[in-house]
Amino acid sequence: MSHHKNIPPKRAASLLKWLVRAELTEEVLGDLEEKFHMDLNQYSSFRATLNYYYQVINYLRPFALKKTISMTTMNYSMYKSHFKIGYRNMLADKWYSLLNIGGLALGMAATILIGIWVYGELSYNQEFENYDNIAQVMQTQTFSGEVKTAVNQPMQLAPVLRTIYNDHFSHVVLSSFINDQLLSVGEQNETKISRAGNFMEPGIVHMLSLQMVKGSRQALEDPTSMLLSETTAKALFGSKDPMGQTVRIGTGMEARVGGVYRDLPQNSDFADLTFIAPWELLNTTANFEERLGWGNNWFQTYVQVADGADMAKVSTLIKDAKYDNIKDEGNFGAQTRPTIHLHPMKKWHLYSRFENGVNTGGAIQRVWMFGIIGIFILLLACINFMNLSTAKSVKRAREVGIRKTIGSLKNQLVLQFQMESLLVVFLAFIISLLLVLIGLPFFNDLTGKTVGIPYASPWFWLLCLLFVIITGFIAGSYPAFYLSSFRPVQVLKGTFSGGQGASNFRKVLVIFQFTISVILIIGTVSIYRQLKHVKERPLGYDKEQLVYVPINDPEVRNGFETIREALLRSNDVKEVAASDVLITGTFTTNSGFDWKGKDPAMSEEFNTLRSTHGFGEMIDWEIKQGRDFSRDFKSDSLAFIVNETAVKYMGLENPVGEMVQWGTMGPFKIIGVVKDMVTRSPYEQVRPTIFTLHYGRFLSFINIKLANEGQTKEALAHIEKVFNQYDPKSLFSYTFLDDEYAQNFVDEERMGKLATFFALLAICISCLGIFGLSAFIAEQRTKEIGVRKVLGASVLSLWRLLSKDFVTLVLISCCIAIPIGYYYMSIWIQDYNYRAELSWWIFASAAFGTLGITLLTVSFQSIKAALNDPAKSLKTE
Amino acid sequence: MKEARLGEFEEIILLLVGILEEQAYSLRIAEEFESQTGKSVSIGATHSTLDRLSKKGFLTSEIGKPTALRGGRRKRIYTISASGQKALIASRELRTSLWSQYPALTKFTFQV
Repeated sequence: MSHHKNIPPKRAASLLKWLVRAELTEEVLGDLEEKFHMDLNQYSSFRATLNYYYQVINYLRPFALKKTISMTTMNYSMYKSHFKIGYRNMLADKWYSLLNIGGLALGMAATILIGIWVYGELSYNQEFENYDNIAQVMQTQTFSGEVKTAVNQPMQLAPVLRTIYNDHFSHVVLSSFINDQLLSVGEQNETKISRAGNFMEPGIVHMLSLQMVKGSRQALEDPTSMLLSETTAKALFGSKDPMGQTVRIGTGMEARVGGVYRDLPQNSDFADLTFIAPWELLNTTANFEERLGWGNNWFQTYVQVADGADMAKVSTLIKDAKYDNIKDEGNFGAQTRPTIHLHPMKKWHLYSRFENGVNTGGAIQRVWMFGIIGIFILLLACINFMNLSTAKSVKRAREVGIRKTIGSLKNQLVLQFQMESLLVVFLAFIISLLLVLIGLPFFNDLTGKTVGIPYASPWFWLLCLLFVIITGFIAGSYPAFYLSSFRPVQVLKGTFSGGQGASNFRKVLVIFQFTISVILIIGTVSIYRQLKHVKERPLGYDKEQLVYVPINDPEVRNGFETIREALLRSNDVKEVAASDVLITGTFTTNSGFDWKGKDPAMSEEFNTLRSTHGFGEMIDWEIKQGRDFSRDFKSDSLAFIVNETAVKYMGLENPVGEMVQWGTMGPFKIIGVVKDMVTRSPYEQVRPTIFTLHYGRFLSFINIKLANEGQTKEALAHIEKVFNQYDPKSLFSYTFLDDEYAQNFVDEERMGKLATFFALLAICISCLGIFGLSAFIAEQRTKEIGVRKVLGASVLSLWRLLSKDFVTLVLISCCIAIPIGYYYMSIWIQDYNYRAELSWWIFASAAFGTLGITLLTVSFQSIKAALNDPAKSLKTE
Repeated sequence: MKEARLGEFEEIILLLVGILEEQAYSLRIAEEFESQTGKSVSIGATHSTLDRLSKKGFLTSEIGKPTALRGGRRKRIYTISASGQKALIASRELRTSLWSQYPALTKFTFQV
C-alpha cells in the first residue's frame, strides 16, 4: 500500500479528465498535483487525498466542463421549469400522488431496512483486525456412514499444530466453549453474577486484538489471572478498581483480574465473550491431562495463520494432524477416519453448514433470499409508479403534443419526465427514511439483531443518493420514453387513445406484481404450516410443569439425596431427579459400544443420557418392553434402557436381557425398551439413545416436577429456599423445560414473521397499484358507464364489467406463481427431516386470498363508478 | 457587451495576479489569496474567476514551463492586460471618491 501514498488518487484524476475540457486538463491536473504534494508535506496522506477530491469537485463549474455535458445538464432554468411542472402535476392530482409516493415510500423503506440488515450480516466479524487470518479448526469424522463436521477437537491437537506446523501459524489457541459461568467477588461472595465467558490460551488476546482499558494483554499468560470485559468489570466492581481483585469462577476456581478489555463488537461471534480465563486454570482444576485423550473431542482450537501464508494450503497441510497420532493405536477414534481443516473467520457466520464434510453454505442463503425479496419489493413499488403514470398519460398527452409542436426535442421530454419521477422518488425517499426510523425497532425485534441507521457514514448517504437515482430511473424510464414518443398531430387532433401497447404492458406489470405477491404468500403459509406441524409433534414424554436447576457446585452433586428429600418435603413438588443432559437436548454422544452380533466394521454413535432413579417416571416415558430402572434392584447400576431406534440400529431381535460392553465399563444389561422420544431438534429424526443410571460427576442438572398447576409460585419459592440453603455458593436460577423446548422454534418463528411482513407489504403495494389503476380506468370509462346505465345496465353487471379485467390478471398471476412457489418451497422443506408435505390447500388459499383482496380493492372503485348518476356523467360535455 | 465593473473577489484576484508576476497561476493565486485574506478558496473557484476575467479581456495568459512536482505538466501564467489595469484603477478611484465623500466614517475608523 505504501507506494500509493505519494500519488494523487487516480480515480479522481480520471473523473476530472472525463468531465473537464481537454485543453484545460494539463494545467488543472498540474495545479492539483502540486497542491497534493504541498498537502502531503503538511498533513496526512488521507487528508491530502480528501482535499484532492474536494478540489476536483470544485472544478465542476460551467467554464471548465466539456461543452456536451454543460449543454444538457447545466441549463438551470429548464431544470427549474421541470421541477415546477412536476410539482404542479403532483398537486393537481393529490390522490394519485399520494398513492404513488406512498407506495414507493413503503417499498423503499422495506428495501432500506433489508439493505441495513444485509450489510450487518455481510460485515459480521469484520471488525477484527486479523479477520483475514483467523480460522477455526474443524474435524470431520464418519460414524457408520454418516459424515459429521464439527468444531470439537481433542485438547492434544493444539500443541501438535503449535510444534509440528509452527511456521504456518502466528497463534494457535486451545479453548473451551463460551458458557455462562457464575462470577463472584468479596469475602463472603457478596456480589454474584452470571456471565458468558471462556477458558482460552493466551494467544487469543493478540488474535482478537483486544483493546485494553486497564492492565495488559500479557496478563492471560499467568494461569492465576484473568481478563474481564468493561461491562463485566463494571457489573462486578462498580466504580472500584478491579485490577488485582480476586474473582471466583463457578465454585471451584479463582483468578485475579489482570486486565480489562473494551467490549468485543456486538456484530461478531465473540460478542458474548465477556471474560477470558486462562485455559491452564481449567486444565489443572479439572485434571484433564490425566484422563482425556485423543478420543475426547471436548474443546475448540482457533488459529491465526502467519502473514502471507495461504489459508487453503495450510488447511490441506494439517489434514491428518489428528489421524497421524491415533492410527497406530488402532482404537475407535481411528475408525472414524478423522480429518481436520481450517474454517476461515470470513465463513463462520454465513457459511457454517457442512454436508458430507463439504461446506455447503448456511445463513448466506437467507441473505440472498431477503436481498432478492427486497429488490422485488422495490420493483413492485416502481411498477406502481410506471402503471399510474402511463395510465395517466392520456391527461398529459396534450401537454406533450404542444411541447413538441413548439419545438421540444424528444430527449428533452425524456429528461423532463425523468426529472419528475426523480422528484417523486426523492419525496418518497424522505418519507421512507421516516418509516425506517419508526420501523427499525420492530424490524430489529423481528430479526433479533440490533442494527441502526449509520447516519455518520458518508457511504450510507452516497448509497442512498445512488438508490434514489437508480429507483428514479427505473420508475421513470418507461413513462418517460412512452410519453415522449407521442405524435403531436394525433394527440392534438384528439384521435389519440393511450394505445394498446401501453395497456398490454401495464397488464404484464400487474401480473408480475401479483405473481411475486402470491409466491410470497405461498412461502408464508408453508412456513407456518411446517412450524405448526413440528410444534404439534408428539414428544413421547411430558415436559409440562418441569423445571431444571443447573448444578454448579460439586457439593450439590454429592449431597443430591439430601437436596432431593428437602425438595420433596413440599407437597408442591412431585418428583426430583438429576441428569447429565436435559431431555430436550441430549447432545452428549458416545461411542465404543460392543454387543453380540455387532458388525465389526460399524463405527457406532449413540446419544446417551445419564440420570438418577425416577427420571423416566418423572417425564412420563412409555416403556414398551421390559421394565424401568428400580431402586429395588442393586444390579440396575449396570443396566441400560434403550429407545426403539437404538434397537433397530443395533439390529437386536429380543433386546431385553442382551448384554452391552461400553469401553472398559460393563457389561451392561438391557432391561427395557422405551418408546422413541424427541430429545433433540424436533425437526430431526429420533437418534439411537441409551439411558443409564448415574450418581457421579457427570450430573449437571436437577430436574424437578411440580405437582399442581396452580401452585407454581409456591413451589418455586420452596425450591429457591432449598437451593439457597444447600447451594449457597451459586446464584439460584431455574428454567422451565417448556421454555427450553420453545428455543427450537425461535429461528423458524422469526422466519415466519419476516415472511409475513414481506408478503403483507408486497400485497399491500400491489393493491395500492391496482387501486389507482382501477380508479383511472373507471374515470376513463365514465361516459361508457353512463350510457350503459341509461340503456338499463344494473349495478351488478357494471361491477362485473369493471372488475373482470383485474380478476383475469390475478388468475394468470396465480397460474404462474403456483408452480414457482411449489418448486421453491419443496426445496426448502427438504431441509427438515420431520416435515409437513406441501398440500394443495396452501396454494388454493394463497390464490383465493389474493383474489379476494383484489376484488375488494377493485370493487371499491368499480362500485363507486357504477353507482354514479348517469345524468351527471353524461352532462360533462 | 463587456462588463467593465469588477466584483470584490475579481478585484482581489486581479491584484494578486499583478503581485505574483510570473508566479501567477491558478494554484499559486489561490494559495496567496488564502494567506493574504485568511479565507480559503478552491482552485476551481479561482480558475473560474481567472477564466471570466480573461474573457472580459482583463487578463492575458500563456503556457509556462513544466516542473517535476506537477507530474511534468505545464502551467498557465496570467498577466494583467492594459484594460485590466484600467479597470483596477477605475475601481480604486471610485472607492477613494466614495470614501472622501463620507468624512464621518473616515474619522471614525481612524479614531479606532
